[in-house]
Amino acid sequence: MIATLLRIGRINLRRDRAAQIMVFAVPIAFFSIFAMIFGGRSGGLAAPRFPMAVVDEDRSDASRDLIAALRLESDLTVRESVAVAVPGGGAPGAPRPLDRAAATRMVHDGELPVAIILPPGWHTSQSGIGGGRMRVQVLSDPAEPMARGAVIGLLQRAGARRMIRSLVPSSRADSTDDQFGLPVPAQVFDVAGPERRDSRRMIAYYAAAIAAMFLLFSSSSGGGTLLDEQDSSTLERLLNTGLGMTRVLAGKWLHIMLLGVLQVTVMFTWGMIVFHLDLIHHLAGFAIMTVCSAAAAAAFGLLLASACRTRQQLQGISTIVILSMSAVGGSMAPRFIMSPAMQKAGVFTFNAWALEGYLKVFWYEKPIASLAPQVGVLLGLTAIFLILTRWLARRWESV
Amino acid sequence: MTGPAGARSAVLSVRAAFKAFGSVKALDDASFELIEGERLGLLGPNGAGKTTLLRAITGRVRLDRGAIELFGHEANDAERHRSIGVVPQEIAIYPLLTSRENLQVFGRLHGVAPREIPERVEWALAWTGLADRARRPVREFSGGMKRRLNLACGVLHRPRIVLLDEPTVGVDPQSRERIYDMLEELRAGGTSILLTTHHLEEAEARCDRIAILDHGRLIASGTLRELIARTVGQARDVVLSVDRPLAIPLDGIEVSADGRRLTARVEDVGAELPGILTRARGAGCAVEDVEVIRQGLHEVFLHLTGRELRE
Repeated sequence: MIATLLRIGRINLRRDRAAQIMVFAVPIAFFSIFAMIFGGRSGGLAAPRFPMAVVDEDRSDASRDLIAALRLESDLTVRESVAVAVPGGGAPGAPRPLDRAAATRMVHDGELPVAIILPPGWHTSQSGIGGGRMRVQVLSDPAEPMARGAVIGLLQRAGARRMIRSLVPSSRADSTDDQFGLPVPAQVFDVAGPERRDSRRMIAYYAAAIAAMFLLFSSSSGGGTLLDEQDSSTLERLLNTGLGMTRVLAGKWLHIMLLGVLQVTVMFTWGMIVFHLDLIHHLAGFAIMTVCSAAAAAAFGLLLASACRTRQQLQGISTIVILSMSAVGGSMAPRFIMSPAMQKAGVFTFNAWALEGYLKVFWYEKPIASLAPQVGVLLGLTAIFLILTRWLARRWESV
Repeated sequence: MTGPAGARSAVLSVRAAFKAFGSVKALDDASFELIEGERLGLLGPNGAGKTTLLRAITGRVRLDRGAIELFGHEANDAERHRSIGVVPQEIAIYPLLTSRENLQVFGRLHGVAPREIPERVEWALAWTGLADRARRPVREFSGGMKRRLNLACGVLHRPRIVLLDEPTVGVDPQSRERIYDMLEELRAGGTSILLTTHHLEEAEARCDRIAILDHGRLIASGTLRELIARTVGQARDVVLSVDRPLAIPLDGIEVSADGRRLTARVEDVGAELPGILTRARGAGCAVEDVEVIRQGLHEVFLHLTGRELRE
């Protein structure tokens, strides 16, 4: 009897392609995605590298030596210069060494997560170990604490290598301060001042990351009502009324989009009430990003639904696609910790653009005009998804 | 059977409708007319092309050739939407909406003016007997109640023609009667009704005319009397139940396997029955029961298609 049951199960599995994909392909796909994100070495992809800027105000052999050691760190991408902007918007001129102001601006604007500054006279205090040693200044974007921790750790390793090379004796016996017992004592500055350290901004980051992912899930579910209506024949009935497929899709899209706007608004309002998220002072940017993100997500949900034949198929496919996009697009882990290839791949995801827009609003507090790239891409995606959906929906029209 | 179509004009004419899906001919030069105010039953085995034909009439299937005419001229989409009410076989209503809400949304979708909606909804609730359930979500309804609401949602815009695909499938006999009473009300108001059904007895009892579709072709249409006359004829079967197996064969009388049921086909029951009884008694049997069976749609259908309706 058990053999018969096993046979039934085997035949069912052999003939159910969706089950085969869920059992075998999906785990492998997810394993591969997360291995590429966090491992960074699989499949020939380069390891994740933390970008950082170095400002050498000390301009000594010791500072140059430390920078050289930093450059040897395979997990760091060290930047020491910046292209000079040409008035009138022409091509940038020759690069010049980074200064403190430029590095601060880059970290403040989110271009880099961390910059380190070797202050003037730093080399003169590096001959011993003790409380008199001058600290390296670390300018950090609190949005990216992992990058800050990683860079400080790598800075210590580079410093230790430099010390070993120069045979500087080291002993922690005299140190009363753990910081000063390190090869390169450092002091961290959050670039936007005390309010940037406010955990409310971190709440905004997570709210945006989760919102982008769940917009996709709710939109996919909303799009699935097309398939429900197909099964119950209400879609046929709607089309019999002369409504037309374009209007049916437009109605669905609008409904899902408004639902998405409501979903994100409720989420951020909850964040404001419970976690003191500063929604009130960012309403305009929030509204723009929420409408654009919900519009794109709604169109994506309809596209998935119209590409699938059944609810079950939609459920399986949407779970895979949305989790993959969320992983690569930064909803599950910050993109900067990913390999360069994965970071580039993230550009092709809805999540990355939505998240970046929300961060510009809540974290970097950039002007509304700076949202143009994100708004443009999201609206472009909306148009492309809707056109594809309309094309696929021909199957529900007259035959 | 209710009254004949008479000399009234055709509201719907299907002329040589042909539609193929790949190599399969779903409709093969099917032609028929629906007369004003009549109830026409469309019968056919599964896959005969009934649903395709209904969809062609509503414009949801584009014919490869042939024509659909409404009120004497080629049908256009606007006229279809205005003049035809469609009731699908599936319960195509929103289960989480109440019956009133379903009626309101389908009324609007069918183009009923907003100011007329309340009146039409009240009419539909009364017509379906669902007035006391107007505020209940449809998912709580019985199968028969859902069927009635399904029907009402298709006729809110007062269509002159109603197409029903298996309107009584899956409902109990009581609900089936109720649905046919509702259809009778519509017909009495001048609405022409085309329905597909698997229930031969319903078609016999509830349709003015019957059209039989097989392999996409309309192989016969007419009143039941006409169909019987044209196919199996007006003969009756007289069945005698006797007390003992018949010992000797009787000419013109079929005997069942156990020998206790004797069947004779007669053209005139009154004239021929006494003779059959006499012959049975003469063969030494006492007659316990007599049953006269007239030829019906089942026999017509078998005669025309060579198979049962559900095959």
